[in-house]
Amino acid sequence: MAEKGTVLLDVKRVTAGAGEKTILNGLNLKIKTGEIHVIMGPNGAGKSTLGHTIMGSPEYKVQKGHIVYKDTDITKLSADKRAKLGIFMTFQDPIEVPGITLSAFIRNSIHEMTGKPIKIGEFNKKLSAYMDILKMDHSYAQRDLNVGFSGGEKKKAEILQMLMLNPELVILDETDSGLDVDAVRTVSEGVREFVKNGDKALLIITHTTKITEALNVDYTHVLVGGKIVKTGSGKLIDDINAEGFDKYIKVGEN
Amino acid sequence: MPDKSKIVETDRSLYDFRYEENAKDYHREKSGITREIVENISKEKDDPEWMREFRLHCLEIYNRTDMPDWGPDTSGLDMNQIAAYVRHKAKMQSDWEDVPEEIKNTFERLGIPQAERLSLAGVGAQYDSELVYHNLRKEVAETGVVYTDLESAMKGEYEEMIKTHFMKLVPPTDHRYAALHGAVWSGGSFVYVPKGVKVDIPLQSYFRLNAAGAGQFEHTLIIVDEGADLHFIEGCSAPKYNVANLHAGCVELYVAKNAKLRYSTIENWSKNMYNLNTKRAIVEENGIMEWVSGSFGSHVSYLYPTTILHGANSKMEYTGITFSGAGQDLDTGAKVIHQAPNTTSVMASKSIAKDGGIGTFRSSVVINSKAVNSKASVSCDSLMLDSISRADTIPAMDIRTDKADVGHEARIGRISDEAVYYLMSRGIKEADARALIVSGFADSVSKELPLEYAVEMNNLIKLEMNGNM
Repeated sequence: MAEKGTVLLDVKRVTAGAGEKTILNGLNLKIKTGEIHVIMGPNGAGKSTLGHTIMGSPEYKVQKGHIVYKDTDITKLSADKRAKLGIFMTFQDPIEVPGITLSAFIRNSIHEMTGKPIKIGEFNKKLSAYMDILKMDHSYAQRDLNVGFSGGEKKKAEILQMLMLNPELVILDETDSGLDVDAVRTVSEGVREFVKNGDKALLIITHTTKITEALNVDYTHVLVGGKIVKTGSGKLIDDINAEGFDKYIKVGEN
Repeated sequence: MPDKSKIVETDRSLYDFRYEENAKDYHREKSGITREIVENISKEKDDPEWMREFRLHCLEIYNRTDMPDWGPDTSGLDMNQIAAYVRHKAKMQSDWEDVPEEIKNTFERLGIPQAERLSLAGVGAQYDSELVYHNLRKEVAETGVVYTDLESAMKGEYEEMIKTHFMKLVPPTDHRYAALHGAVWSGGSFVYVPKGVKVDIPLQSYFRLNAAGAGQFEHTLIIVDEGADLHFIEGCSAPKYNVANLHAGCVELYVAKNAKLRYSTIENWSKNMYNLNTKRAIVEENGIMEWVSGSFGSHVSYLYPTTILHGANSKMEYTGITFSGAGQDLDTGAKVIHQAPNTTSVMASKSIAKDGGIGTFRSSVVINSKAVNSKASVSCDSLMLDSISRADTIPAMDIRTDKADVGHEARIGRISDEAVYYLMSRGIKEADARALIVSGFADSVSKELPLEYAVEMNNLIKLEMNGNM
């Protein structure tokens, strides 16, 4: 486990895109253990692209620059290898996979990540405790992965996987969008549980910023045109919510 | 880069292995189909006279019938190179201990004796042309259930029953390989479930074709009498050879009034096999016929289990999956003929094609004018794993009444990269992620199988998928 304050993720002048299209434009971002970063920006600015580029989506190619995670250059690593190094991302729209239950899937992943199977008793105990925090009906553990889950249950299932897999760097991609007030509170509870010891790092991509209310945000970045045009403290969120992105968009265009 | 073909070969060892055999322990007829060979087989088996005549009659039909002019190419099958009859000189046993060593080892590696102990009411095991083992649990036998090889049943008290049912549903005039089957058939099982008897754990016959360049022509005849209930499982495999092998079995199923039969198949023939198999069922009033079919192996398959809904309110359900990989052209599907009022049929097929494999789902629904208020639904889902493979759907419908409810849907798709990436982001390797998605696609079929067979099917999918990487 990395010590608090050491650099976990270093995105160095990354230019990336899908096919011919460039979306990220020489972007720099450094995240240390224990920190919570928030990425905000107008639609199409490249927020999700940044998340998927860090996670290793085959849809996005890094054209220039490097991504370093804990001294390892991961720019060319596949997503499963990045996951094994400790990176996790919650998806906006998780895929439905019939034929494997949520519980079996998580056990399978833990086995893959750690190289050894987890004891069923220990596993079930943990799973139940986390499902309680997330106010998930325990029957979901025995349902096929995401199949027929409501939008809210899918998001909770993502947070459940995060808690169970226990990564070090987590990218939350619009986890709070499409959720009602109670569900946001519950999901925030799960995220708080995750960061309580200060040995994790979060990169939160958010539109509504509802999820940030319950967290101590260290840095807020404004992403426009594939670049971070402004970095501030957690307070910047309030400014943006009050004033919008207009004054940053001009900066991004130059 | 790892050698891809090597991985496939190593992984297939579960089916491809072969124990040392001594040729002098075997009786093998000359290759080709001639009157002399048919006479020899009949003599070997000590057929009753009617059967000998029937075989010769079938041979005549075979000689004047052409190969169907539709469907996959069978030009690689030269009947002059096929030995129609190969048997070990040992007699059929009812105790595994008495089965010859290399044959026993073969079935043990395939897990048959273990399955018998754990989850089956009875087992038949055929090696090349003859049954080498047949056994039925005592408590099941006591209910009057008969489960034996067709040859001995034909000479005993069931001779009349066999005579009135044998190749009546599938007449030798049906097609060229039905005629061939009638001429050289050997082995297979005879099952009779008496009125009202419900067999609550399955019976299984396992067919292993071990000899190179041979044909297997087993005949399965099952009669489920009024109100009775049976689940029958059939498994098949063979080691791989560089010469063509032929499987032209025949399955005839009689489901009486209020009876129910489920017939499950996991077929994993090696990829030098021509699988030209014929399966047919007739269902009487209120009877239920269920087919569960997993086709993984063979070079070429023609396989369309057919159901005749003969009695009012009878039902049939077909759930099938076909997996075609490199060098495979699998033409599978189902047929149903609604002949009586209020009959119902449901066909649900899944097809997976990869590495240039061709999967064709061919279905036929006939509702004749007497079959008023009948319902038929056909659905076919295909998953193509790359751009060089093919999936086709050929549905035929012939509806002769206005009072019928008929539906058809077909979907063809690919594995989404996004789904693979999603699973990989949870630490799962790409090959495993793909296998997981394919297993998920096949899930509706696995669910229909008893647990051990569902596991076997999933293993087969993993095997096929990992050979890809």
